[in-house]
Amino acid sequence: MTLYSRRLLTNRIGIALSMIAMVFGLAALLWILWTLFYNGFSALSWDFFTQDTPAPGTEGGGLRNAIVGSLMIVVVTTLVSTPIGILAGIYLAEYGATSRFAAVTRFVTDIMLSAPSIVVGLFVYALMVATLGGFSGWAGSVALSLIAIPVVVRTTENMLLLVPISLREAAFAVGAPRWQVSLKVTLRAVKAGVLTGVLLAIARVTGETAPLLFTALNNQFYSTDMSQPMGNLPVVIFQFAMSPYDNWVSLAWGGALLIALLVLAINIGARVIFHQKDNF
Amino acid sequence: MFERSILPGEGVALQVRDLNFYYGDFKGLKDINLDIAKNKVTAFIGPSGCGKSTLLRTFNRMYDLYPGQRAEGEIMFNGKNLLDKKQDVNLVRAKIGMVFQKPTPFPMTIYENIAFGVRLYDKLSGSEMNDRVEWALKKAALWDEVKDKLQQSGLSLSGGQQQRLCIARAVAVKPEIVLLDEPTSALDPISTAKVEELVSELTEDYTIAMVTHNMQQAARISNYTAFMYLGEMIEFGKTDELFVKPKVQQTEDYITGRFG
Repeated sequence: MTLYSRRLLTNRIGIALSMIAMVFGLAALLWILWTLFYNGFSALSWDFFTQDTPAPGTEGGGLRNAIVGSLMIVVVTTLVSTPIGILAGIYLAEYGATSRFAAVTRFVTDIMLSAPSIVVGLFVYALMVATLGGFSGWAGSVALSLIAIPVVVRTTENMLLLVPISLREAAFAVGAPRWQVSLKVTLRAVKAGVLTGVLLAIARVTGETAPLLFTALNNQFYSTDMSQPMGNLPVVIFQFAMSPYDNWVSLAWGGALLIALLVLAINIGARVIFHQKDNF
Repeated sequence: MFERSILPGEGVALQVRDLNFYYGDFKGLKDINLDIAKNKVTAFIGPSGCGKSTLLRTFNRMYDLYPGQRAEGEIMFNGKNLLDKKQDVNLVRAKIGMVFQKPTPFPMTIYENIAFGVRLYDKLSGSEMNDRVEWALKKAALWDEVKDKLQQSGLSLSGGQQQRLCIARAVAVKPEIVLLDEPTSALDPISTAKVEELVSELTEDYTIAMVTHNMQQAARISNYTAFMYLGEMIEFGKTDELFVKPKVQQTEDYITGRFG
């Protein structure tokens, strides 16, 4: 066997192995998506979006209360976690190069990134639900914020660290104080990346179930009062999927499909934004 | 030894006295003494690592951004020591502008690139700001090329235009001194010629201190030249004298290309 044919063979084996691995991974993903579409698509209807979750034993029904509840909780989460996360990320990248406080913050952020979400749920339960005397949409948003903030902090910091030193120096060289350099020059240079981080954080919390089980709980009626228990898609899916009623199970599939489509849309949006050339 | 003084009768923009600079434990500049003449171009030449950029970066305290770098000695500017701890660094940088080796337009429109620095220290009305932007772009010989696209991104310009935008940005703040750190080393010959021409014109209003690797450039556009080697100021004098009959052997070796 010549050297050339041996290399050719090694190359083919390598490619074959990686193709098999890819097919294996992709097949699982497609299988999940296919099942989701197959079972969920038939549940999507006008009623699905306009009616509330049905009582046990009643026909039909929809997920209006859960959809609206989820949207409200996620919107509040976004409003809370975006500014906190971005400002903390700026602190870490621009101010905290050497400080001990920044090192501790960075460490805690890393732990929070990998903290099991059920722990976050229990924490907020102990902090807000048990003390303030009830499950509420607010508590749900707090729990989701605790999950979203570390994601935003990390992406913001990493993006800012990519800004070339020369740009930072140039901004200082016109006499700009550090906060102006951070907010008006460096953050602006990486705004697409930071926005992507925010979107990915939203995508991440949209499907979180465990933190909401202990905080927002659920509400079978339509409610926009954030201080009361609130219907939300993940918990409804969790409860309905394991119920004995066919229409509940079907609604759970529909809800799962809805979340998957939403997360897909957010991810695609994030990619589009990230790859867009800056136009200001 | 070298003569560090400029000609009698010339105004002094900066007086450097016994300046030592440290990168941690490494001494980057050794006992530098020098006067920078007002409304003249002073060029710093020398082989890579000789400390010329380091020296330039002490003039606007750019080294302050990095822990572990420190300067000792005096740099007198308008009767005050720039290196004084109490000195407002941002104010120093507004008075002593800087243009870097690589063009560094801010990620904003051409207009905003200029207005950003102006806004920091001047409260101008909309029309005054428009005038200032136009004035600065004209100073940098860029106005005719960009006047119809002020709202486009500064990054959309060519490299040479970007560098002139950076010069306009530095000039717009109305500093007294403009520091140029190898401003043409990333530019093509035509852009280089434009920037060089510009530098000579800028001396009407500003004092220029400029680092360059290009000895012909130093000879062409500077009034004074300082030759540095290994963190020391080897020779300083009027450009025509230093290039025609250098007093120190090392200078002669360097400018004739025998080492460096």
